[in-house]
Amino acid sequence: MVETSDIRVVRCGGSKVNLTPPIISSDSRFVLCTSGDLVKVYSTRTEEWLHSLQGHTNQVTGITLNPANHLQVYSCSVDGTVKLWDFIDGILIKVQLVEVHETVEIFLSSGLCVSACPECFQLVSVHLPKSAEQEVEAKEMSAVSSHISKNPSCTAFGRGGEYIAFARHLQLNVYFFRKQKTYSFSLKATDKKGAKNAFTCIACHPTDDCIATGHEDGKIRLWRNFIHKKEYTYSTQHWHHNAVNTLCFTPEGTHLLSGGIESVLVQWQYGAGNRKEFLPRLGGSILHISASSDGQLFCTSHSDNKITVIESSFKVCGVIQGLVKDAVLTDLMIDPRSKALVLNGKPGHLQFYSLLRDKHLYNLDIVQQEYIYEAGLDQFEVVKAAFDIKGSWLATVEERGKKSSDLEFFLKLWAFDERTQSFVLNTTITAAHTDRIISMCFSSSEETTMLVTAAEDSQFKAWCQGADADTQQDQNFWSCDFVGSYHKLNPTNCSFSADSSLLAVSFQEVITIWSPDTWEMLTTLCQPPGVIRDLCFGRLSCSKYLLGTTTKNLLCCWNLLTCELEWSTSVDVSKLQPDPFSENVAAFSYQSKHTDLFVFKPSEPRPLFTNKNVCSEKVHRAVFVPREEPLNSCDESTQWLNRSQLYFLTQNMDLLTFSTATEEDRMLSSSKQLVIDDSVAVTPFYLLLGKHRQQQQKLNTQSHPVSDKPQQTQGSVTIKELLHTPAHVLPAASVLCSMFVNSFLISNTGVQQDPLSWLT
Amino acid sequence: MMSTDLRSAMGEFKVHRVRFFDYMPSGIRALAFNQDTERMAVARMDGSVEVFHCSDRFFQEKIIPGREQCGIEGLSWVGERLFSAGLNGGITEYDLTNQKVKYTIDAYGGPIWTITGNQQGTHLAVGCEDGTVKLFEVNEDQIQFERNLDRQKSRIISLSWHPSGSKIAAGMMDMIQVFNVETGHSIHRMLADRGAGTSRSKECVVWSVVYLSDGTIITGDSVGMVKLWDDQTGTLIKSHNVTKCDVLALSVSQNEDSLVAGTSEGIVVQFQFVSMVLEKDDKEWVRTRTFRNHTHDIRAVAEITTAVVSGGMDAQLVVRPLLDKIEVRSAASALRKIHFPHRRLVSCARKSGLMLFQYPGHLELWRLGESEGKGTPGSSLFVKRNPEKLLQLKVKGEDHIRCSAVSPCGGWIVYSTASTLRLYRLHCDNNNISITKISKLPKVLSSANQLCFSSDSSHLFSASAQSSVHIASLSQSGCKFVGTLKPKSGSHQAIHLLAASEDGKWLASANSDHEVHIYNLQTQKAHCTVPVYSSAVTAMGIHPATNCLFMMHADQQMFEYSIEQKQYTDWSRTVQRKGLHRFWVERDTPCLNVMFNPQNPSHVILHDMYMLCIIDQSLPLPDDKTQFYNQLTLKSLTEEQRKSQSHAFKVCKTFKDILCVELMPDQSLVVVERPLEDIATQLPAPIKQKKFAT
Repeated sequence: MVETSDIRVVRCGGSKVNLTPPIISSDSRFVLCTSGDLVKVYSTRTEEWLHSLQGHTNQVTGITLNPANHLQVYSCSVDGTVKLWDFIDGILIKVQLVEVHETVEIFLSSGLCVSACPECFQLVSVHLPKSAEQEVEAKEMSAVSSHISKNPSCTAFGRGGEYIAFARHLQLNVYFFRKQKTYSFSLKATDKKGAKNAFTCIACHPTDDCIATGHEDGKIRLWRNFIHKKEYTYSTQHWHHNAVNTLCFTPEGTHLLSGGIESVLVQWQYGAGNRKEFLPRLGGSILHISASSDGQLFCTSHSDNKITVIESSFKVCGVIQGLVKDAVLTDLMIDPRSKALVLNGKPGHLQFYSLLRDKHLYNLDIVQQEYIYEAGLDQFEVVKAAFDIKGSWLATVEERGKKSSDLEFFLKLWAFDERTQSFVLNTTITAAHTDRIISMCFSSSEETTMLVTAAEDSQFKAWCQGADADTQQDQNFWSCDFVGSYHKLNPTNCSFSADSSLLAVSFQEVITIWSPDTWEMLTTLCQPPGVIRDLCFGRLSCSKYLLGTTTKNLLCCWNLLTCELEWSTSVDVSKLQPDPFSENVAAFSYQSKHTDLFVFKPSEPRPLFTNKNVCSEKVHRAVFVPREEPLNSCDESTQWLNRSQLYFLTQNMDLLTFSTATEEDRMLSSSKQLVIDDSVAVTPFYLLLGKHRQQQQKLNTQSHPVSDKPQQTQGSVTIKELLHTPAHVLPAASVLCSMFVNSFLISNTGVQQDPLSWLT
Repeated sequence: MMSTDLRSAMGEFKVHRVRFFDYMPSGIRALAFNQDTERMAVARMDGSVEVFHCSDRFFQEKIIPGREQCGIEGLSWVGERLFSAGLNGGITEYDLTNQKVKYTIDAYGGPIWTITGNQQGTHLAVGCEDGTVKLFEVNEDQIQFERNLDRQKSRIISLSWHPSGSKIAAGMMDMIQVFNVETGHSIHRMLADRGAGTSRSKECVVWSVVYLSDGTIITGDSVGMVKLWDDQTGTLIKSHNVTKCDVLALSVSQNEDSLVAGTSEGIVVQFQFVSMVLEKDDKEWVRTRTFRNHTHDIRAVAEITTAVVSGGMDAQLVVRPLLDKIEVRSAASALRKIHFPHRRLVSCARKSGLMLFQYPGHLELWRLGESEGKGTPGSSLFVKRNPEKLLQLKVKGEDHIRCSAVSPCGGWIVYSTASTLRLYRLHCDNNNISITKISKLPKVLSSANQLCFSSDSSHLFSASAQSSVHIASLSQSGCKFVGTLKPKSGSHQAIHLLAASEDGKWLASANSDHEVHIYNLQTQKAHCTVPVYSSAVTAMGIHPATNCLFMMHADQQMFEYSIEQKQYTDWSRTVQRKGLHRFWVERDTPCLNVMFNPQNPSHVILHDMYMLCIIDQSLPLPDDKTQFYNQLTLKSLTEEQRKSQSHAFKVCKTFKDILCVELMPDQSLVVVERPLEDIATQLPAPIKQKKFAT
């Protein structure tokens, strides 16, 4: 099968928004942050994603406001370019190619741009040429230091950009641009009291010559007089119990903000010793802090891929949550009701994430215990989760004590509550098994829901609702229905067939088939050698097939009617994922440092689609997400993407997906149209007259295309017009009334009826 | 007491570990630094005043013992004269040459809280309980009351002169007053804020005030603030919240670019006068470093040229060097904590196994215990007879003991205060102890700076004024004056060390001007003077066999001087030529005793607070490349290799916090330890602080 070029692997939503410090526009209306190869613009008030600055071809590594024009933003990327954007309209103004060995890594600014290359992390000052052309090559550059810290927080510009301070390990360097001289100060690695003095971050005071440095043991030092070799001085403050991740001075320099793993934002009063304020319980550990230019808003970005917007009065006023991918232990799942992607979120939570809107929906607290942000603590984590087919039940397993021998785990069952539209804890089973639960699945039949868990205590158990007669309560709790085992072997997997008439449980090298109605073992399938790694039944027309992968690089397909091996092939499959809406099964195979994808039907051993080198890491988690509206592509290679989309998570925690060419074209066209719409200033006058004129033009020329856009909600436009138009230019109230009523009508003709046609 | 076998390459000793000397150092109340002579005067809670030599490794040169009921509140240098004032209402001048109180005059203003002299050296100002600031004129040999400044309603807690001497700032309850010295009127009255909340009802005590030449007044108060005031307008410029409790002491450096504040939490906070924008002149006082070396209240701080010196209730003097002011890093620039006096408080009757412990107000005589059998090296032995306290001798009068001694035979006890000297005859038959005071003492023996018995206990040597030594012969009938030894020339500083030779022929004396005189006791004439070395003598001893004088100095150098030949011995010259090992020179406490082992004449035994050392003069000296602490290495070597590897210094660090080591005639060592932890448990409780994770 030829590799088709019209299917492309794209990094889809859910990129890291916490890689670089977010920046707040000078009017405090927007928050900008890097997200993969995009720069995303969010509103500070509504926390909504407004638009993104698209144009870099690789990871964006830094953004900063243009000091000369506060409506523009510079961004730099691993692709070796520095771009200047108008971030309100999302227009690319200028591209500068910076050729520092390979790529630009970090970026800071004050008329001068400083960058570094990834291998040796050099600090280079690049002079950005003043040129009217859109694409310029920056050639004028001078090296500042040939060896700096990898961590961009360890470099900061000083007062008015006169000097740059950068630290590495135990050395602080200050480079004065005018004098072209570097001053270095070293600290001892440790002392009698066990201090760990390595630098972790740097911030410079905006008006005074004072450098604040954070250290590995949580100390903050304020350095002064650093143009003297001996008479330099510093004061030490200590509150953080772990490394200080970030420091930031407020624009006036009256306060210093610091954050670390404690997830407490600390505000130190500058020059007043240790007077400080705290904002605790912000979520994940704080990675970056930034302040708006008027000092009214602060932004913190957290390790759980979150940006918190904080008022200067130390009140959280907004949370921008990205997809949390820090420690994904569960499979990727789709909530059958909301069609949201479900996986581990905040510690102890499951997150529901809308892939369509690239927006975090909500967190479901599973563990229901306070999480302590401290390194090295053993705390409960959600390790398994499963939905039943209707989405009315959720089963979770949380466990603690992976490293130590005393394992603690709970099996919890959650019922969907229609009234509150969320999951409510129904049953907690404290000792479901005597050892760790390895696999868990719900039966797929509509009538009865049954949960099967397989654990390392060489048993599998079936759980049913309400079977326990002892409890005389109205609610139906879950209890154990059947315990099965096979030759004291440890089960590795369990799976129900599509109609729930069969249950397959694999015990090491043996697959056993059970009837869930009678709990009778029907047959065993065995294809040595190798322990069964993955197990799944075929769907729809292929439901007579059972697929299994083994650790000895075998992919086997059994025909359940004949109980015979239909076919097998030698391929190292790391993840086998059936599509619930078609017969297709996707298999990710890891070979010689890259992952290949095969999509096939169990009925035929020939793959429908092959994509070599999907990514360079192993893939352990993947999921098929149903599309809202199916594509109707006839191309054989893209047909498998018609009904659902395949998402997968690499070991680097990148969420990737496959997109077809037609899909991308459509996306692009719609985004272009949006840009044109937005590029004209939306004034009330424009709303009253400009729109109408446009409409007329379209009607006249009959070139009005069938819009892909969803129907404009005209009601809101009309109300907006009413509210935003100054009173002295409004037409008479009688006219307005009819317009207002008109706006509620839904036109059933294909041609849009403009509510303002009375003006003609 | 424990007995331990100490066996190693340095020889074999039975050790009496003595821990029943409950010595308690007294808390430090005031510090005064004299820039010109580089001396630091320290006043303690018990009224004693000590003088440390800052450039000679902080050796404690002079000790003036205190008195009962004499709480010193302030110390001040005027030129080379030292004054103190206390709550008894008197101002005292000290005679530093003879290490005693020169005179005390009453200021007639009730208890005095503070005393300070102006930079010109013409006047002393004292702040009194009755609200007056009294000015005293400093005359040639006395001080004279001149006048009062405007009387205030509340007591004057702290005072500071403007460097010009024309203005004076006074810290009081809730306020600071600035006086014009000429008119005596108050120029400004600045109100210090009380604390918030419940402490609002408590008065704010301005514990300390510093007046800078640019007109800035800096105060430290009981609210925990260090405040900066402008004396032109009388307004607050800036305030730093340093602590939740009190800021008790302030001190500014000589060039007024650094300030240290001591708090009752035991931390010292440094402020520096640095420019906020580099290379510009708008300087501000910025809090920089924090030093945490104390556990209790810091009652006094002083910033000297290269270090911050602080002292407080925990009775230790801490010298924290400022590394930015030091050119070359060396042993002299290390952090130094002085816990124990640099004098011996223990004397030992070697022949009868008695120990005499000197407390400020009394003496204790103990008999050492006895042990049984032999153990392996390092093991403790069974104590057959417990040590026994034979005697407690309380001092008559209010003065504290300056020096004391027990004769080697154990038959005589002598002690001296500032005013009297008392000699007792001790009768000891089995369990019957009786003591008789020798009533008729020669008149010259009225007071002594140092006391010493001859080795056969027949003579008492008493160092007194003018660097002279009086000799008295002791017999059953009593004490008879024999003669006075006077140095031929040199200074008249008080003698702090005496050493008599075993054969009774020689006596060596060392005074605070580093001079060592040797007298011939048979002719009662000065024999010779050892060439004066730049550092003070901390311990000395005369070798019983060779009659060589072995001297240890504060900078850890050692000299051996042959008395008979009147010159340094060859070994001493070798030591000076080759130099001592780096590790030896970098030790930070002085050696306090020199002993000789009669069974092994080449051995010299030394000790300081942390270690015990035997110098084998027959072995080669170590150079900087050789391993200095080589006991463990030597143990692992064969006999042959050991010979080639070993060097003259054998250091034992088994014992800690040593007050005294003495070698007994039966080849056993007495080690008097006073563990610092024991001292810490007897100190008053410090201010309760919330510590993280407690």
